[in-house]
Amino acid sequence: MTAIPQSGTYINFFEVKRGFMSWLVTADHKRIALLYFYAIMGFFIVAFGLGLVMRLELIAPGATILDPQTYNEVFTLHGVIMIFLFIIPGIPAIFGNFALPMLIGAPDVAFPKLNLISWYLYVLGGLLALSTLLFGDGPADTGWTFYAPYSVKTGTNVTVAVLAAFVLGFSSILTGLNFIVTMHQMRAPGMTWFKMPLFPWALYATAWIQVLATPIIGITLLMIVAERTLGLGLFDPALGGDPVLYQHLFWIYSHPAVYIMALPAMGIVSETIPVFVKKSIFGYKVIVYSSLAIAFIGYFVWGHHMFTSGMSGPARVIFSVLTFLVAIPSAIKVFNWVATLYKGAIDIKVPLLYALAFIFQFAIGGLTGLVVGALATDIHVHDTYFVVGHFHYVMFGGTGFAFFGALHFYYPKIWGRMYNLKWANIAFVIFFIGFNLVYFPMLVLGMMGMPRRYYDYLPEFTLPNLISTIGSWVLAIGLVIMLVNLINGRKGPKASTNPWQSVTLDWTHTQSPPTLYNFDETPQVERGPYDYRNYEQYLKEHNKN
Amino acid sequence: MSGASNFAEGVDLAFYIIIGISTFFLVAITATMVYFVIRYRKSKHPHADTSITGSIKLELIWTIIPTILVLVMFYYGWAGFAPMRAAPADAIPVKAIARMWSWTFEYENGKKSDKLIVPKDKPVRLELISVDVIHSLYVPAFRIKEDVIPGRDNYMWFTATEYGSFDLFCAEYCGLRHSYMLTTVEVVDEPQWQEWMKTPAGDSELDKVSEGFNVVKMNGCVACHSSDGTKLVASSFKGIWGEQHKVMVNGTEQTVTVDADYIRESVYEPNAKLVVGFNAGLMPSYKDQINDQEIEHIIEYIKSLGANAE
Repeated sequence: MTAIPQSGTYINFFEVKRGFMSWLVTADHKRIALLYFYAIMGFFIVAFGLGLVMRLELIAPGATILDPQTYNEVFTLHGVIMIFLFIIPGIPAIFGNFALPMLIGAPDVAFPKLNLISWYLYVLGGLLALSTLLFGDGPADTGWTFYAPYSVKTGTNVTVAVLAAFVLGFSSILTGLNFIVTMHQMRAPGMTWFKMPLFPWALYATAWIQVLATPIIGITLLMIVAERTLGLGLFDPALGGDPVLYQHLFWIYSHPAVYIMALPAMGIVSETIPVFVKKSIFGYKVIVYSSLAIAFIGYFVWGHHMFTSGMSGPARVIFSVLTFLVAIPSAIKVFNWVATLYKGAIDIKVPLLYALAFIFQFAIGGLTGLVVGALATDIHVHDTYFVVGHFHYVMFGGTGFAFFGALHFYYPKIWGRMYNLKWANIAFVIFFIGFNLVYFPMLVLGMMGMPRRYYDYLPEFTLPNLISTIGSWVLAIGLVIMLVNLINGRKGPKASTNPWQSVTLDWTHTQSPPTLYNFDETPQVERGPYDYRNYEQYLKEHNKN
Repeated sequence: MSGASNFAEGVDLAFYIIIGISTFFLVAITATMVYFVIRYRKSKHPHADTSITGSIKLELIWTIIPTILVLVMFYYGWAGFAPMRAAPADAIPVKAIARMWSWTFEYENGKKSDKLIVPKDKPVRLELISVDVIHSLYVPAFRIKEDVIPGRDNYMWFTATEYGSFDLFCAEYCGLRHSYMLTTVEVVDEPQWQEWMKTPAGDSELDKVSEGFNVVKMNGCVACHSSDGTKLVASSFKGIWGEQHKVMVNGTEQTVTVDADYIRESVYEPNAKLVVGFNAGLMPSYKDQINDQEIEHIIEYIKSLGANAE
């Protein structure tokens, strides 16, 4: 936040006001996006470090560097931070906040101050989560799922950890609400719903899940607090409660939350590919409808997390069928992205590489999802490393890669500078190899029958664990090179306003970095979002400088 | 890993079909993607064909074919699973009792063991009972897993089809020593199993140290209380008899002598006088599991481990 780019001819959003306080009270969506960016990256690096520590512990059977209690706390904190503080807010709060108003030709979001409040709630929730390290019997040791009745019985700081998730839920709800109203009310003249780019569409579908599903987890977590502090018998059978009820309530939110994590990433991929292929996305409307279908069907599949929980046979069968149906719209998106490449003029730049890696890894995540969606096979791999591998392929290989792709994509727009493209490619290759080395062996371990959340394991599981741990070092090296290159990029060459030659409003009609209200005058929208016919001519007429 | 139960064939068939179709799609998608990127890279193909924006025909093809395929996958998943919830009436009933962090199996004639010992080719029905938190009984070689939920009746069944010793894990995270909550299923022939059933507990596999040790082992006490002075999540049984312990009573610190009354109270009301330095709430009351006679055995056992030995 210190090195302010020199623009010269206009005042960009960094230069409007200076000083630390001007950031803490800002209502500018771009500044709030950056506030989120620094906070989220901080939490990501902490949780990434915890992941490295876990992998080191698991390098060989027996105790390595941690005792079992610490290990259990570490995997819980890793999960809580990665889920609630990185993956859920990551793309919407940073890139959604930054790009959404510009993509639809608006000066800001509908409720700028509410946007800032959302950030403060995020920070408060994050600090609450970290505070569990400092007092009492240490951070929660329940896993990020807080399953009752263990979460009711354990002496660790579960109460504060779930309150943290509760507060973070409000941050998420308010962001979703803000985005919904923004898209309904603030699209530029001429931008009909079906002229709206696909990243906003993805955020729109996501926002509805945030608004409708998050309150359920909020109440459920408060029920845990009530049970722990007041002794209400809600989930603990010793007090007359039902532990399976907790699982239902938890997953009624947390399965749709998977789409809160995945849909914005899909939006980033849909936004990135046409820019580097220089032709329209294939099947624009189909992608829109598939986003909405995912958001809708995603509400009705939560039971697939509970196939071994003693649910009735018919319930298991129905949840399995619905789970297979929710796979279809995701598959359709993948086919449309690949088809977009056909007869393009493909410029292989680093944001496109991340998008292609997303498709490959998300495909593995989705296809392994079929294994856990089918009843017979799920019985075998449920609660094993197969599931850990599966959801990291979706969350990290998918959403995580889209996140870093988006960072490389919007970087020149945000800071007006360009990082070193060669080093960005090198970092990508190492990161990609490292990722697959960490998580593919986990799929093998799960098929072999190694349960998850195991501090120690039998000797037959040693080799894949060793490979996975070595992979975690490769992944870390890739991440360090990527971040150093991005930090150095702040002193890199000035970027033009539209270095990727995109035709969407966020690139064509704004400066880099943008001005306070993004546009000098409200843009008039006539073209579709990915209309690359004669785009050179179009850009000549519309690009700034 | 080859399967060793009646369900393995159906489950493995579902695996082959789903992983086969998935691998085909993964390879096809990736190969097409890589081919397009190389074939249509800017230097070779500088002008994109901007007239292509979609195709109803293709959308229909790649909606309908995957829909059919996933329904096929669903079918095989269901077909492999359905028999798991239909235990035959003549299955041998065994209670599988889970607690933090050990398993006990109780057979029809009241015999208990910490390994699951079953005859080959006979259906076995496990009544799943948890005395504390959720556990999950998982035998990878049998392709079976079912959660063991406190306060809920749940069951699973299987017929072992191979002789041997197979790993049995707890698959649902249950706290500190979750990864050590494992034992084995021993599959033997039926006459051998009948013979074993008639031997009193402790005379065959089980140890012969003392009645008291049997009680603490059978009830899973040893998962947290060691007998050799090692500090686990609870105090060791070794060398505590007659010792003065600092305990918390309703939030205030007191000193108690470890005697018969204190041990009895600690088994029935574990949190009433909690030794300073240990967590409350981990140990459930054993009021319904351990009777007075067994408590006496435990007291004798702790006595036998010596006073102030450390």
